[in-house]
Amino acid sequence: MTDAPDSRPAIEFRNVSYRLHGNGDAARVLLHDLNLEVRRGETLVLLGRSGSGKTTTLKLINRLLTPSKGELRVDSRPIHEWDVIRLRRMIGYVIQDVGLFPHFTVERNIGLVPKIEKWPTPRISKRVGELLQLVGLDPEIASRYPRELSGGQRQRVGVARALAADPPILLMDEPFGALDPITRAELQREFLNLQKRLRKTVVFVTHDLREALLLGTRIALMEAGRMIAVQTPEQFLASAEPLPCAYRDAFE
Amino acid sequence: MNLYQFMLQNHTEVLELTLEHLWLVGISTILAVLIGIPLGILITRYPALNKPVLGGANIIQTIPSLALFGFLLPAPWIGERADRIAILALALYALLPMIRNTYVGIKGVDRAVIEAGRGMGLTDRQLLFQVELPLALGVIIAGVRVATVISVGLATIAAAIGAGGLGEYIFRGLAMVNNQVILAGAIPAAVMALLADLSLGWLEKRLSPN
Repeated sequence: MTDAPDSRPAIEFRNVSYRLHGNGDAARVLLHDLNLEVRRGETLVLLGRSGSGKTTTLKLINRLLTPSKGELRVDSRPIHEWDVIRLRRMIGYVIQDVGLFPHFTVERNIGLVPKIEKWPTPRISKRVGELLQLVGLDPEIASRYPRELSGGQRQRVGVARALAADPPILLMDEPFGALDPITRAELQREFLNLQKRLRKTVVFVTHDLREALLLGTRIALMEAGRMIAVQTPEQFLASAEPLPCAYRDAFE
Repeated sequence: MNLYQFMLQNHTEVLELTLEHLWLVGISTILAVLIGIPLGILITRYPALNKPVLGGANIIQTIPSLALFGFLLPAPWIGERADRIAILALALYALLPMIRNTYVGIKGVDRAVIEAGRGMGLTDRQLLFQVELPLALGVIIAGVRVATVISVGLATIAAAIGAGGLGEYIFRGLAMVNNQVILAGAIPAAVMALLADLSLGWLEKRLSPN
Protein backbone atom coordinates (compact mmCIF):
# COMPACT_ATOMS: atom_id res chain seq x y z
CA MET A 1 0.00 0.00 0.00
CA THR A 2 1.95 3.03 -1.22
CA ASP A 3 0.49 6.45 -1.91
CA ALA A 4 -3.04 6.98 -3.19
CA PRO A 5 -4.21 3.37 -2.97
CA ASP A 6 -7.74 4.34 -3.98
CA SER A 7 -6.70 5.30 -7.47
CA ARG A 8 -5.58 1.78 -8.24
CA PRO A 9 -8.18 -0.71 -9.40
CA ALA A 10 -9.30 -3.37 -6.93
CA ILE A 11 -9.46 -6.02 -9.64
CA GLU A 12 -7.84 -6.03 -13.07
CA PHE A 13 -8.25 -8.46 -15.95
CA ARG A 14 -5.59 -8.24 -18.64
CA ASN A 15 -6.19 -10.35 -21.76
CA VAL A 16 -7.64 -13.11 -19.63
CA SER A 17 -8.92 -16.21 -21.40
CA TYR A 18 -10.47 -19.27 -19.89
CA ARG A 19 -11.00 -22.56 -21.66
CA LEU A 20 -12.24 -25.91 -20.49
CA HIS A 21 -9.63 -28.63 -20.56
CA GLY A 22 -10.02 -31.37 -23.11
CA ASN A 23 -9.42 -32.10 -26.75
CA GLY A 24 -11.33 -31.09 -29.84
CA ASP A 25 -14.89 -30.14 -29.10
CA ALA A 26 -14.40 -30.60 -25.37
CA ALA A 27 -11.88 -27.75 -25.27
CA ARG A 28 -14.39 -24.94 -25.27
CA VAL A 29 -13.21 -21.39 -24.87
CA LEU A 30 -15.50 -19.74 -22.32
CA LEU A 31 -13.75 -16.37 -22.12
CA HIS A 32 -11.85 -14.58 -24.87
CA ASP A 33 -9.21 -11.99 -24.08
CA LEU A 34 -11.04 -10.28 -21.28
CA ASN A 35 -9.92 -6.81 -20.25
CA LEU A 36 -11.62 -5.19 -17.30
CA GLU A 37 -10.87 -2.96 -14.35
CA VAL A 38 -13.04 -2.88 -11.28
CA ARG A 39 -12.63 0.29 -9.27
CA ARG A 40 -12.58 0.43 -5.51
CA GLY A 41 -15.99 0.98 -3.97
CA GLU A 42 -17.95 0.64 -7.19
CA THR A 43 -20.64 -1.85 -8.07
CA LEU A 44 -19.70 -3.34 -11.39
CA VAL A 45 -22.52 -5.32 -12.93
CA LEU A 46 -21.71 -8.12 -15.34
CA LEU A 47 -24.72 -8.25 -17.62
CA GLY A 48 -25.28 -10.90 -20.23
CA ARG A 49 -27.41 -13.84 -21.19
CA SER A 50 -26.93 -17.38 -19.91
CA GLY A 51 -23.63 -18.82 -21.06
CA SER A 52 -22.08 -15.45 -21.85
CA GLY A 53 -19.28 -15.99 -19.32
CA LYS A 54 -20.46 -13.85 -16.39
CA THR A 55 -20.21 -16.53 -13.74
CA THR A 56 -16.91 -17.78 -15.17
CA THR A 57 -15.53 -14.25 -14.89
CA LEU A 58 -16.67 -14.06 -11.28
CA LYS A 59 -15.17 -17.40 -10.32
CA LEU A 60 -11.81 -16.36 -11.72
CA ILE A 61 -11.68 -13.56 -9.16
CA ASN A 62 -11.87 -15.84 -6.11
CA ARG A 63 -9.90 -18.50 -7.91
CA LEU A 64 -12.62 -21.11 -7.98
CA LEU A 65 -11.34 -21.19 -11.59
CA THR A 66 -7.85 -20.46 -12.88
CA PRO A 67 -7.25 -18.39 -16.03
CA SER A 68 -5.84 -20.30 -19.00
CA LYS A 69 -4.13 -17.18 -20.32
CA GLY A 70 -3.56 -13.57 -19.38
CA GLU A 71 -3.12 -11.82 -16.07
CA LEU A 72 -5.57 -11.19 -13.29
CA ARG A 73 -4.71 -8.93 -10.36
CA VAL A 74 -6.52 -8.42 -7.11
CA ASP A 75 -5.34 -5.47 -5.06
CA SER A 76 -2.57 -4.95 -7.65
CA ARG A 77 -1.18 -8.37 -6.90
CA PRO A 78 -1.18 -11.17 -9.51
CA ILE A 79 -3.78 -13.67 -8.45
CA HIS A 80 -1.45 -16.67 -8.45
CA GLU A 81 0.79 -14.94 -5.90
CA TRP A 82 -2.04 -14.83 -3.38
CA ASP A 83 -2.48 -17.58 -0.86
CA VAL A 84 -5.80 -18.86 -2.16
CA ILE A 85 -7.39 -19.16 1.29
CA ARG A 86 -6.33 -15.60 2.28
CA LEU A 87 -7.63 -14.33 -1.05
CA ARG A 88 -11.03 -15.96 -0.61
CA ARG A 89 -11.42 -14.72 2.94
CA MET A 90 -11.04 -11.14 1.78
CA ILE A 91 -13.66 -11.69 -0.90
CA GLY A 92 -17.26 -12.23 0.13
CA TYR A 93 -19.18 -14.61 -2.12
CA VAL A 94 -22.94 -14.71 -2.54
CA ILE A 95 -24.60 -17.14 -4.96
CA GLN A 96 -28.12 -17.60 -6.23
CA ASP A 97 -28.63 -20.91 -4.42
CA VAL A 98 -27.26 -19.27 -1.26
CA GLY A 99 -25.57 -22.48 -0.11
CA LEU A 100 -26.18 -22.02 3.60
CA PHE A 101 -24.86 -24.92 5.67
CA PRO A 102 -28.06 -26.82 6.48
CA HIS A 103 -26.62 -28.39 9.65
CA PHE A 104 -25.58 -25.05 11.16
CA THR A 105 -27.81 -22.45 12.77
CA VAL A 106 -27.95 -18.98 11.23
CA GLU A 107 -25.47 -17.82 13.86
CA ARG A 108 -22.94 -20.56 13.02
CA ASN A 109 -23.43 -19.99 9.31
CA ILE A 110 -22.59 -16.31 9.62
CA GLY A 111 -19.90 -16.83 12.23
CA LEU A 112 -18.03 -19.65 10.51
CA VAL A 113 -15.22 -17.65 8.93
CA PRO A 114 -14.73 -15.46 12.04
CA LYS A 115 -14.59 -18.66 14.09
CA ILE A 116 -12.01 -20.19 11.78
CA GLU A 117 -10.08 -16.95 12.02
CA LYS A 118 -10.16 -17.52 15.79
CA TRP A 119 -12.17 -14.50 16.82
CA PRO A 120 -13.23 -14.67 20.48
CA THR A 121 -16.78 -16.00 20.88
CA PRO A 122 -18.34 -12.83 22.33
CA ARG A 123 -16.98 -10.84 19.39
CA ILE A 124 -18.50 -13.34 16.96
CA SER A 125 -21.92 -13.15 18.64
CA LYS A 126 -21.80 -9.39 18.60
CA ARG A 127 -20.82 -9.37 14.93
CA VAL A 128 -23.61 -11.80 14.03
CA GLY A 129 -26.14 -9.54 15.77
CA GLU A 130 -24.84 -6.47 13.92
CA LEU A 131 -24.90 -8.23 10.57
CA LEU A 132 -28.43 -9.56 11.03
CA GLN A 133 -29.62 -6.04 11.70
CA LEU A 134 -27.60 -4.73 8.79
CA VAL A 135 -29.38 -7.07 6.36
CA GLY A 136 -32.77 -6.33 7.90
CA LEU A 137 -33.32 -9.45 9.95
CA ASP A 138 -34.49 -9.87 13.52
CA PRO A 139 -31.45 -10.96 15.60
CA GLU A 140 -33.73 -13.55 17.22
CA ILE A 141 -33.43 -15.53 14.01
CA ALA A 142 -29.81 -16.42 14.94
CA SER A 143 -30.74 -19.72 16.57
CA ARG A 144 -32.82 -20.97 13.65
CA TYR A 145 -31.78 -23.42 10.97
CA PRO A 146 -31.77 -22.49 7.27
CA ARG A 147 -34.72 -24.80 6.53
CA GLU A 148 -36.85 -22.72 8.89
CA LEU A 149 -36.33 -19.54 6.86
CA SER A 150 -38.07 -18.11 3.82
CA GLY A 151 -36.18 -17.65 0.55
CA GLY A 152 -35.70 -13.95 1.15
CA GLN A 153 -34.49 -14.51 4.70
CA ARG A 154 -32.06 -17.15 3.50
CA GLN A 155 -30.53 -14.84 0.93
CA ARG A 156 -30.23 -12.09 3.56
CA VAL A 157 -28.35 -14.54 5.77
CA GLY A 158 -26.20 -15.39 2.73
CA VAL A 159 -25.30 -11.72 2.36
CA ALA A 160 -24.61 -11.41 6.09
CA ARG A 161 -22.35 -14.46 5.94
CA ALA A 162 -20.40 -13.01 3.03
CA LEU A 163 -19.90 -9.78 4.99
CA ALA A 164 -18.93 -11.51 8.24
CA ALA A 165 -15.19 -10.93 8.20
CA ASP A 166 -15.64 -7.51 6.59
CA PRO A 167 -14.08 -8.32 3.22
CA PRO A 168 -13.26 -5.35 0.97
CA ILE A 169 -14.58 -7.17 -2.11
CA LEU A 170 -17.96 -8.80 -2.63
CA LEU A 171 -18.84 -11.15 -5.48
CA MET A 172 -22.55 -11.66 -6.08
CA ASP A 173 -23.77 -14.23 -8.59
CA GLU A 174 -27.44 -13.54 -9.38
CA PRO A 175 -28.11 -13.30 -5.66
CA PHE A 176 -31.73 -12.23 -6.07
CA GLY A 177 -32.49 -14.35 -9.12
CA ALA A 178 -34.53 -17.02 -7.31
CA LEU A 179 -36.70 -14.62 -5.31
CA ASP A 180 -40.25 -13.48 -6.01
CA PRO A 181 -40.50 -10.00 -7.58
CA ILE A 182 -41.56 -8.21 -4.38
CA THR A 183 -38.86 -9.75 -2.21
CA ARG A 184 -36.35 -9.12 -4.98
CA ALA A 185 -37.24 -5.42 -5.14
CA GLU A 186 -36.94 -5.25 -1.36
CA LEU A 187 -33.49 -6.82 -1.35
CA GLN A 188 -32.34 -4.63 -4.24
CA ARG A 189 -33.33 -1.51 -2.29
CA GLU A 190 -31.58 -2.79 0.81
CA PHE A 191 -28.50 -3.63 -1.21
CA LEU A 192 -28.35 -0.02 -2.42
CA ASN A 193 -28.64 1.32 1.13
CA LEU A 194 -26.06 -1.16 2.36
CA GLN A 195 -23.65 -0.27 -0.40
CA LYS A 196 -24.04 3.44 0.32
CA ARG A 197 -22.82 2.76 3.84
CA LEU A 198 -20.23 0.05 3.25
CA ARG A 199 -18.68 1.12 -0.05
CA LYS A 200 -17.44 -2.38 -0.87
CA THR A 201 -16.00 -3.24 -4.23
CA VAL A 202 -18.84 -5.30 -5.67
CA VAL A 203 -18.94 -7.41 -8.81
CA PHE A 204 -22.55 -8.32 -9.43
CA VAL A 205 -23.74 -10.84 -12.01
CA THR A 206 -27.22 -10.60 -13.49
CA HIS A 207 -29.13 -11.12 -16.72
CA ASP A 208 -31.78 -8.65 -15.64
CA LEU A 209 -31.29 -5.25 -17.28
CA ARG A 210 -33.49 -3.48 -14.73
CA GLU A 211 -31.40 -4.83 -11.89
CA ALA A 212 -28.21 -3.84 -13.69
CA LEU A 213 -29.44 -0.27 -14.25
CA LEU A 214 -30.66 0.05 -10.69
CA LEU A 215 -27.61 -1.32 -8.86
CA GLY A 216 -24.66 -0.77 -11.16
CA THR A 217 -22.15 2.05 -11.00
CA ARG A 218 -21.03 0.65 -14.33
CA ILE A 219 -22.37 -2.13 -16.50
CA ALA A 220 -20.08 -4.57 -18.27
CA LEU A 221 -21.98 -6.18 -21.10
CA MET A 222 -20.90 -9.70 -22.04
CA GLU A 223 -21.80 -11.88 -24.97
CA ALA A 224 -20.43 -15.30 -25.95
CA GLY A 225 -17.39 -15.04 -23.71
CA ARG A 226 -16.43 -11.55 -24.81
CA MET A 227 -16.65 -8.19 -23.11
CA ILE A 228 -18.72 -6.00 -25.43
CA ALA A 229 -18.71 -2.72 -23.55
CA VAL A 230 -18.30 -1.21 -20.10
CA GLN A 231 -20.60 1.76 -19.58
CA THR A 232 -22.45 3.72 -16.95
CA PRO A 233 -26.20 3.03 -16.82
CA GLU A 234 -26.81 6.41 -18.57
CA GLN A 235 -24.43 5.56 -21.39
CA PHE A 236 -26.01 2.15 -21.68
CA LEU A 237 -29.47 3.63 -22.05
CA ALA A 238 -28.26 6.12 -24.64
CA SER A 239 -26.21 3.64 -26.60
CA ALA A 240 -27.05 3.06 -30.25
CA GLU A 241 -25.03 -0.18 -30.42
CA PRO A 242 -27.10 -3.20 -31.45
CA LEU A 243 -26.64 -5.26 -28.29
CA PRO A 244 -27.66 -2.60 -25.75
CA CYS A 245 -30.61 -1.82 -28.03
CA ALA A 246 -31.59 -5.48 -28.03
CA TYR A 247 -31.55 -5.51 -24.23
CA ARG A 248 -33.62 -2.35 -24.02
CA ASP A 249 -36.16 -3.84 -26.43
CA ALA A 250 -36.31 -7.07 -24.47
CA PHE A 251 -37.08 -5.18 -21.25
CA GLU A 252 -39.49 -2.62 -22.70
CA MET B 1 -36.17 -81.78 24.15
CA ASN B 2 -37.50 -78.53 22.78
CA LEU B 3 -35.51 -75.46 21.82
CA TYR B 4 -36.24 -73.65 25.06
CA GLN B 5 -34.99 -76.53 27.15
CA PHE B 6 -31.91 -76.92 24.96
CA MET B 7 -30.93 -73.30 25.33
CA LEU B 8 -31.59 -73.33 29.05
CA GLN B 9 -29.47 -76.38 29.52
CA ASN B 10 -26.63 -75.02 27.43
CA HIS B 11 -26.96 -71.39 28.41
CA THR B 12 -23.24 -70.90 29.12
CA GLU B 13 -22.36 -72.26 25.71
CA VAL B 14 -25.04 -70.19 24.01
CA LEU B 15 -23.71 -67.10 25.74
CA GLU B 16 -20.13 -67.96 24.86
CA LEU B 17 -20.92 -68.49 21.19
CA THR B 18 -23.00 -65.32 21.09
CA LEU B 19 -20.11 -63.33 22.54
CA GLU B 20 -17.72 -64.93 20.06
CA HIS B 21 -20.10 -64.00 17.30
CA LEU B 22 -20.32 -60.43 18.55
CA TRP B 23 -16.53 -60.28 18.72
CA LEU B 24 -16.14 -61.44 15.12
CA VAL B 25 -18.74 -58.99 13.83
CA GLY B 26 -17.67 -56.09 16.06
CA ILE B 27 -13.95 -56.22 15.35
CA SER B 28 -14.43 -56.78 11.63
CA THR B 29 -16.91 -53.91 11.39
CA ILE B 30 -14.56 -51.55 13.24
CA LEU B 31 -11.76 -52.62 10.92
CA ALA B 32 -13.95 -52.01 7.87
CA VAL B 33 -14.99 -48.57 9.18
CA LEU B 34 -11.36 -47.61 9.78
CA ILE B 35 -10.34 -48.66 6.28
CA GLY B 36 -13.52 -48.06 4.28
CA ILE B 37 -14.43 -44.53 5.33
CA PRO B 38 -10.96 -43.06 4.66
CA LEU B 39 -10.92 -44.89 1.32
CA GLY B 40 -14.34 -43.44 0.50
CA ILE B 41 -13.08 -39.95 1.34
CA LEU B 42 -9.91 -40.54 -0.68
CA ILE B 43 -11.79 -41.32 -3.88
CA THR B 44 -13.82 -38.10 -3.58
CA ARG B 45 -10.47 -36.24 -3.64
CA TYR B 46 -8.75 -38.33 -6.30
CA PRO B 47 -11.34 -39.33 -8.90
CA ALA B 48 -8.75 -41.42 -10.76
CA LEU B 49 -8.76 -43.86 -7.82
CA ASN B 50 -12.53 -44.19 -7.95
CA LYS B 51 -12.70 -47.09 -10.39
CA PRO B 52 -9.85 -49.21 -9.01
CA VAL B 53 -10.99 -48.82 -5.39
CA LEU B 54 -14.71 -49.42 -5.94
CA GLY B 55 -13.90 -52.10 -8.52
CA GLY B 56 -11.60 -53.88 -6.09
CA ALA B 57 -14.17 -53.81 -3.29
CA ASN B 58 -16.75 -55.05 -5.76
CA ILE B 59 -14.61 -58.01 -6.82
CA ILE B 60 -14.12 -59.02 -3.18
CA GLN B 61 -17.91 -59.16 -2.83
CA THR B 62 -18.14 -61.67 -5.66
CA ILE B 63 -15.81 -64.18 -3.96
CA PRO B 64 -17.87 -66.90 -2.24
CA SER B 65 -17.33 -66.60 1.50
CA LEU B 66 -16.09 -70.14 2.06
CA ALA B 67 -13.56 -69.66 -0.72
CA LEU B 68 -12.37 -66.36 0.79
CA PHE B 69 -11.82 -68.07 4.15
CA GLY B 70 -9.83 -70.68 2.29
CA PHE B 71 -7.74 -68.12 0.39
CA LEU B 72 -6.72 -66.45 3.64
CA LEU B 73 -5.59 -69.70 5.24
CA PRO B 74 -2.00 -69.49 3.95
CA ALA B 75 -1.66 -65.77 4.81
CA PRO B 76 1.15 -65.05 7.30
CA TRP B 77 0.01 -64.23 10.90
CA ILE B 78 -3.61 -64.06 9.77
CA GLY B 79 -3.68 -67.72 8.75
CA GLU B 80 -2.42 -68.88 12.12
CA ARG B 81 -5.78 -68.48 13.83
CA ALA B 82 -9.24 -69.11 12.50
CA ASP B 83 -10.77 -66.03 14.18
CA ARG B 84 -8.20 -63.77 12.50
CA ILE B 85 -9.12 -65.23 9.13
CA ALA B 86 -12.81 -64.77 9.83
CA ILE B 87 -12.37 -61.18 11.01
CA LEU B 88 -10.32 -60.20 7.97
CA ALA B 89 -12.75 -61.87 5.59
CA LEU B 90 -15.76 -60.20 7.21
CA ALA B 91 -14.00 -56.84 7.13
CA LEU B 92 -13.22 -57.27 3.43
CA TYR B 93 -16.89 -58.00 2.68
CA ALA B 94 -17.96 -54.95 4.66
CA LEU B 95 -15.65 -52.64 2.73
CA LEU B 96 -17.84 -52.09 -0.29
CA PRO B 97 -20.87 -50.61 1.50
CA MET B 98 -18.58 -48.45 3.65
CA ILE B 99 -16.59 -47.06 0.73
CA ARG B 100 -19.58 -46.63 -1.53
CA ASN B 101 -21.78 -44.94 1.03
CA THR B 102 -19.02 -42.59 2.15
CA TYR B 103 -18.38 -41.64 -1.46
CA VAL B 104 -22.05 -41.27 -2.36
CA GLY B 105 -22.79 -39.39 0.86
CA ILE B 106 -20.09 -36.81 0.26
CA LYS B 107 -20.84 -36.48 -3.43
CA GLY B 108 -24.50 -36.01 -2.57
CA VAL B 109 -23.90 -32.87 -0.54
CA ASP B 110 -25.57 -29.89 -2.23
CA ARG B 111 -23.13 -28.39 -4.73
CA ALA B 112 -24.15 -24.87 -3.77
CA VAL B 113 -23.14 -25.57 -0.17
CA ILE B 114 -19.72 -26.84 -1.27
CA GLU B 115 -19.20 -23.92 -3.60
CA ALA B 116 -20.19 -21.38 -0.96
CA GLY B 117 -17.81 -23.07 1.48
CA ARG B 118 -14.91 -23.05 -0.96
CA GLY B 119 -15.71 -19.51 -2.03
CA MET B 120 -15.61 -18.22 1.54
CA GLY B 121 -12.14 -19.65 2.01
CA LEU B 122 -12.55 -22.95 3.81
CA THR B 123 -9.55 -25.23 3.37
CA ASP B 124 -10.21 -28.69 2.00
CA ARG B 125 -9.82 -30.15 5.49
CA GLN B 126 -12.28 -27.64 7.00
CA LEU B 127 -14.72 -28.30 4.21
CA LEU B 128 -14.44 -32.06 4.82
CA PHE B 129 -14.78 -32.07 8.59
CA GLN B 130 -17.16 -29.14 9.08
CA VAL B 131 -19.40 -29.54 6.08
CA GLU B 132 -19.08 -32.69 3.98
CA LEU B 133 -18.74 -35.37 6.66
CA PRO B 134 -21.46 -34.02 8.97
CA LEU B 135 -23.84 -33.76 6.02
CA ALA B 136 -22.91 -37.21 4.72
CA LEU B 137 -23.01 -38.90 8.13
CA GLY B 138 -26.52 -40.31 7.73
CA VAL B 139 -25.60 -42.01 4.45
CA ILE B 140 -22.32 -43.27 5.90
CA ILE B 141 -24.07 -44.80 8.91
CA ALA B 142 -26.54 -46.42 6.52
CA GLY B 143 -23.53 -48.13 4.94
CA VAL B 144 -22.28 -49.30 8.32
CA ARG B 145 -25.77 -50.61 9.05
CA VAL B 146 -26.02 -52.65 5.86
CA ALA B 147 -22.50 -54.01 6.35
CA THR B 148 -23.15 -54.99 9.97
CA VAL B 149 -26.38 -56.80 9.26
CA ILE B 150 -24.77 -58.75 6.43
CA SER B 151 -21.79 -59.48 8.67
CA VAL B 152 -23.94 -61.04 11.40
CA GLY B 153 -25.30 -63.54 8.90
CA LEU B 154 -22.01 -64.12 7.15
CA ALA B 155 -20.18 -64.72 10.42
CA THR B 156 -22.13 -67.95 10.95
CA ILE B 157 -20.11 -69.45 8.11
CA ALA B 158 -16.91 -68.69 10.00
CA ALA B 159 -17.66 -71.75 12.14
CA ALA B 160 -16.80 -73.88 9.13
CA ILE B 161 -13.13 -72.97 9.56
CA GLY B 162 -13.31 -73.27 13.33
CA ALA B 163 -13.60 -69.58 14.14
CA GLY B 164 -16.48 -70.19 16.53
CA GLY B 165 -19.59 -68.05 16.84
CA LEU B 166 -23.23 -69.07 16.54
CA GLY B 167 -22.47 -70.90 13.31
CA GLU B 168 -21.14 -73.72 15.51
CA TYR B 169 -24.72 -74.66 16.40
CA ILE B 170 -25.88 -74.38 12.84
CA PHE B 171 -23.16 -76.68 11.50
CA ARG B 172 -23.56 -79.05 14.46
CA GLY B 173 -27.30 -79.14 13.96
CA LEU B 174 -26.86 -79.84 10.27
CA ALA B 175 -24.52 -82.72 11.04
CA MET B 176 -26.90 -84.11 13.66
CA VAL B 177 -29.95 -83.44 11.51
CA ASN B 178 -31.37 -81.67 14.55
CA ASN B 179 -33.48 -78.59 13.93
CA GLN B 180 -33.44 -77.50 17.58
CA VAL B 181 -29.67 -77.18 17.50
CA ILE B 182 -29.75 -75.28 14.20
CA LEU B 183 -32.31 -72.88 15.62
CA ALA B 184 -30.24 -72.42 18.78
CA GLY B 185 -27.65 -70.84 16.52
CA ALA B 186 -29.92 -69.20 13.98
CA ILE B 187 -32.33 -67.45 16.33
CA PRO B 188 -29.75 -65.57 18.43
CA ALA B 189 -28.00 -64.60 15.19
CA ALA B 190 -31.24 -63.28 13.75
CA VAL B 191 -31.98 -61.35 16.92
CA MET B 192 -28.48 -59.88 16.82
CA ALA B 193 -28.95 -58.79 13.22
CA LEU B 194 -32.30 -57.25 14.07
CA LEU B 195 -30.89 -55.34 17.04
CA ALA B 196 -27.95 -54.09 15.01
CA ASP B 197 -30.34 -52.95 12.29
CA LEU B 198 -32.63 -51.16 14.73
CA SER B 199 -29.90 -49.42 16.72
CA LEU B 200 -27.90 -48.31 13.69
CA GLY B 201 -31.13 -47.27 11.99
CA TRP B 202 -31.90 -45.09 14.98
CA LEU B 203 -28.39 -43.63 14.86
CA GLU B 204 -28.72 -43.02 11.13
CA LYS B 205 -31.92 -41.08 11.67
CA ARG B 206 -30.45 -39.04 14.51
CA LEU B 207 -27.34 -38.10 12.61
CA SER B 208 -29.01 -37.24 9.32
CA PRO B 209 -29.26 -33.48 8.89
CA ASN B 210 -32.85 -32.23 8.67
